[in-house]
Amino acid sequence: MFEGYSLAELGSIFAMQGFAGLILFSVFVLMALGLAIIFGQMGVINMAHGEFMILGAYVTYLCSNFISSTAPALFPAYFFIAMILAFVASGALGMLVEWGMIRFLYRRPLDTLLATWGLSLILQQVFRSVFGAREVGVVLPDWLMGSVAVTDTIEVPINGLFVMALTMAITVVIYAVMFRSRWGQGVRAVMQNRTMAGAVGINTEKVDRYTFGLGCGIAGVAGSAFTMVGSTGPTSGQLYIVDTFLVVVFGGAQSLVGTIASAFTISQAQSTMEFFLSGSTAKVLTLLTVVVILMLRPQGLFVLKVRR
Amino acid sequence: MSSDKIDAGKPVGGLPSPLRRKLLLGMAALPAVGLLPRGALAQALPTDAVNTTKLAVTDSTVKVGILHSTTGTMAISETGSVQAEKLAIAQINEMGGVLGRKIEVIQEDGASDWPTFAEKARKLLVEDKVAAVFGCWTSASRKAVLPVFEQYNGMLYYPTFYEGLEQSKNVIYTGQEATQQILAGLDWVTKEKGAKSFFLIGSDYIWPRTSNKIARKHIEMKGQKVVGEEYFPLGHTQFNSVINKIKLTKPDVIYASVVGGSNVAFYKQMKAAGIDLNKQVLMTISVTEDEMLGIGGENIAGAYACMKYFQSLQNPNNEKFVAAFKAMWGANSVIGDVTQAGYLGPWLWKLTVEKAQSFDIDKIAVASEGIEFSGAPEGYVRVHGNHHLWSKTRVGRARPDGQFDVVYETADLIEPNPFPKGYQ
Repeated sequence: MFEGYSLAELGSIFAMQGFAGLILFSVFVLMALGLAIIFGQMGVINMAHGEFMILGAYVTYLCSNFISSTAPALFPAYFFIAMILAFVASGALGMLVEWGMIRFLYRRPLDTLLATWGLSLILQQVFRSVFGAREVGVVLPDWLMGSVAVTDTIEVPINGLFVMALTMAITVVIYAVMFRSRWGQGVRAVMQNRTMAGAVGINTEKVDRYTFGLGCGIAGVAGSAFTMVGSTGPTSGQLYIVDTFLVVVFGGAQSLVGTIASAFTISQAQSTMEFFLSGSTAKVLTLLTVVVILMLRPQGLFVLKVRR
Repeated sequence: MSSDKIDAGKPVGGLPSPLRRKLLLGMAALPAVGLLPRGALAQALPTDAVNTTKLAVTDSTVKVGILHSTTGTMAISETGSVQAEKLAIAQINEMGGVLGRKIEVIQEDGASDWPTFAEKARKLLVEDKVAAVFGCWTSASRKAVLPVFEQYNGMLYYPTFYEGLEQSKNVIYTGQEATQQILAGLDWVTKEKGAKSFFLIGSDYIWPRTSNKIARKHIEMKGQKVVGEEYFPLGHTQFNSVINKIKLTKPDVIYASVVGGSNVAFYKQMKAAGIDLNKQVLMTISVTEDEMLGIGGENIAGAYACMKYFQSLQNPNNEKFVAAFKAMWGANSVIGDVTQAGYLGPWLWKLTVEKAQSFDIDKIAVASEGIEFSGAPEGYVRVHGNHHLWSKTRVGRARPDGQFDVVYETADLIEPNPFPKGYQ
């Protein structure tokens, strides 16, 4: 497929392809972080993760409409406000769900799968009733659209760079919260040994509620960011859920580093194969590889060593 | 009422309810079917004579079914069809119904699930004994209900443009089959844009694959080149790699049949990657005004779409149709190709019943050939013996406001050819 191209052209295509892989990597990490916290730290299989993302997307949509009609001067910056609101909305709903449903199911992890699946259906229908069955178009500020021309032939999408920066920022914050703060210590203690953590005076119920809320809030931010690259409709969340679980499970459910490593592996594999093979074949091969590796290493790429 | 042609008529006045006024507003403009006083026809045509197969027809009413997904993934697309069918039925009722009988609608939800479609179709035909069903959207749902309609001898009016390779006594296809939609558009882009190379990209299921097969044959028959053909799973949201591939192969035309949520991702990412659709020719057969809502006009402006209907079509029928649709469903409604095709269903059925002077399915199946509807928003259409419609094909150019400028239409109606020779 490369006959008739100059070396410079090929070079720039490969450079752009490299960026495409990095962007996909950022998207995967952003999708998976929230779920990694909930699934990895709490053992709850949250099938409604996609719907929490779409809630964030709808908040962005409302915010864009509201700001463009009331304060058009703020429009270029609205995306940041929208992301904060998305975090608050999804996080609050997450805490409500934890309080109303999840906390009764901690000893029955498989039942959380069914319960959150039901929740996802309910949320989808709520979105449909409130916003209509059709997809909504989120208008983005102009500075987020288009691309930066690095050289004459290499162009990098701005929204891709934005997602990369956002992912990095959120990852750093999560790392700081989980591994450098007292609250994060509490979360990790509860995850490793719930009874013991309770015995030393950690309020495990509260930790659970905030952890679940944090995971959902990050999903909301991810959903908000994805209005730049994807669709916003009642069922759009379903588009992300499979990839998200794939990344988290492949990485080793309890390790945030694992999630990042697995997102990197899967995104690079998929992006490279999509370029050389057809889209569907690339997806099949990616999934096959993951299946084979999980057969050899059922615990995922990274494992947390805990003495039980 | 032997004529299928339509002449002016005014609806009979009545209750001044808001909905009724809205309908009248739209109706005043509608090409009305010649009107007789209500009930006169029913007496002239006794139920025993027009309904020999025990359908749900009485002296004053006739039941029909609407079978679309109002929940689940496909609700996005099917909502418009439901609205159009209800509008047509309301308008027909305002004019006195069919053979003097008011149409009563039984609506069922296929819930985006093909077995559910089959189940609901069986319910409509066996329990409700409806005289006709307007419904289905995806080919998968149509394939699921087809055996049911054939077994219980029902009549389905199917609105979506689809891949062809099907024909049934029990189905009238009011959308275009693949060759009608594809060939004229390819010829236009070759002539107008001097296109020599094409990159085909679609979602991975039967309709895009069959359509691209036809497109590829046509392109290669004319000595042009297909430089890439790619399919992505439904719901795929990452197109950066294929966009790089498009940049590498530099096709004259990107020929797109991506559907659903993937569409939004595809166009947003193309724009972000710096592909300017005002310079790079892109022709799509899957983006209607409905999809534009989600994509955002500014992300797809400049692209060409090839289908039979655009909301911005300028003809008296369409202006009245758009006004009536907005009066009934809100000023912000948009109307895409399939929505318009959905609107044709009830009208074609009414005209056919009046031509056959009977509600019997067998008689309608035979009488359908040659039915003409000059009140169609897309312009005059006629039913072919193969139960598809003769229709024109048009090319529209996407505008930032979410509408299309119609830049080309075929001079003549194109004959439907669901089993194209040389393209399979």
